[in-house]
Amino acid sequence: MLENYLPILVFLVLGLLFGVGPILMGYMLGPSRPDSAKLSPYECGFEAFEDSRMKFDVRFYLIAILFIIFDLEIAFMFPWAIVLGDLGAYGFWAMFVFLAILVVGFAYEWKKGAMEWE
Amino acid sequence: MLEAIQSALSFLPDGLVTLLIILLKIFALLLPLLGAVAYLTLAERKVIGYIQIRIGPNRVGPRGLLQPIADAVKLLFKETILPTNANLFLFILGPILTIGPAMAAWAVVPFDDGLVIADIDASLLYILAMTSLGVYGIIIAGWASNSKYAFLGALRSAAQIVSYEIAMGFALVGVLLAAGSLNLGEIVTAQQGSVVQWFMWPLLPLFLIYFISGLAETNRAPFDVAEGESEIVAGFHVEYSAMTFSVFFLAEYANIILISLLTSAMFLGGWLSPFEGILPESMLTGGALGLLLGSGIHWLLLKTAFFMFLFLWIRATYPRYRYDQIMRLGWKVFIPITIVWLLVVAAMVVGNVGPWFD
Repeated sequence: MLENYLPILVFLVLGLLFGVGPILMGYMLGPSRPDSAKLSPYECGFEAFEDSRMKFDVRFYLIAILFIIFDLEIAFMFPWAIVLGDLGAYGFWAMFVFLAILVVGFAYEWKKGAMEWE
Repeated sequence: MLEAIQSALSFLPDGLVTLLIILLKIFALLLPLLGAVAYLTLAERKVIGYIQIRIGPNRVGPRGLLQPIADAVKLLFKETILPTNANLFLFILGPILTIGPAMAAWAVVPFDDGLVIADIDASLLYILAMTSLGVYGIIIAGWASNSKYAFLGALRSAAQIVSYEIAMGFALVGVLLAAGSLNLGEIVTAQQGSVVQWFMWPLLPLFLIYFISGLAETNRAPFDVAEGESEIVAGFHVEYSAMTFSVFFLAEYANIILISLLTSAMFLGGWLSPFEGILPESMLTGGALGLLLGSGIHWLLLKTAFFMFLFLWIRATYPRYRYDQIMRLGWKVFIPITIVWLLVVAAMVVGNVGPWFD
């Protein structure tokens, strides 16, 4: 059982090496003639006006929070989806109630304008 | 063949042999994958070229066939720029964190009955986990670059990816409902019988939503605002050059192939032959004709190639979406549709509705 996961571990390490290897190789093979203009952040040829770690729209936070909630629901539905065939009608109605509550929250967030971008 | 290698290596300690065999299997998968990635870039330029009545690259090698190799060599010998204000450690970590999961997700992908590197029960969950990890690479890259374009591109891209991941997750729950298993191989075999049994019919809305979300997940046109060159230059990878840039590129194209393959495995019957249940059984099993018409890896590759072509076709056909339109499509169209269709599928499973769930 657990030995099935060994290839995955090897694969993960190898996948990361597929990132490290080419970058190292490129660093060694390529020229290195840095100057201050080349290394400055790209801003269409101008000097950078201000720090780029600036304030940004709060809606990105909102999206992130909503994502966590919905992704949890999905993770929660995975086991249910697999055994639904054995659960029968009871399983269906139980999840119906759960989804109904989820939809109430979804409708509330829709009404509140959490998903509006103008 | 594996046994022959195993016995030839028997003078080595047992653990080492297992490791070597695993490495051999992984390279047998990864090297063709890298080749496919390289030639997908050429295919993209060629296909889009012909759609726009151009020829596309045709100078390097016969009919431009060596173009990807020339590109790779050129990128290898370019200067790696490390911006002064960037957080160096995170700047390098970004591309590595993007490609690691993009490659590792392939560990559980089945190519034929039993032809899979790690046959684990929770393979779909594992793929969902791995593909979700990719967003970290993008956020880290955008933040570490310390450039406004990269920062904005990373924010947009991350918000877009997580939004479409919800629709994608719900579509996956639909597949699980229909198949009753998390194992990708079992999901494919659950579609056995005939073309009618393929999950694309009972799950048609989820199938379309999964593929379109796949476009958004991989930041492809028409959802490529993250790198919309006319607005924010190249988005999160604007500061990356040479190999650091190509690693992002590799990961993106590996993800395109993965999404195409998963779509064909989950909705189009994977390696199952479309002639099943139509032609007589004897034609599908015996002889050279059976090899061609019967189920096998070639059907999976053919279906995958079709979806990869669709990726390119869509890119050449549709103009870029505006960002608010993308978010509206993800949250206000896809999520309601998937929730409703999940209930429909669940009702069909409980009610044993034929011909799929009886």
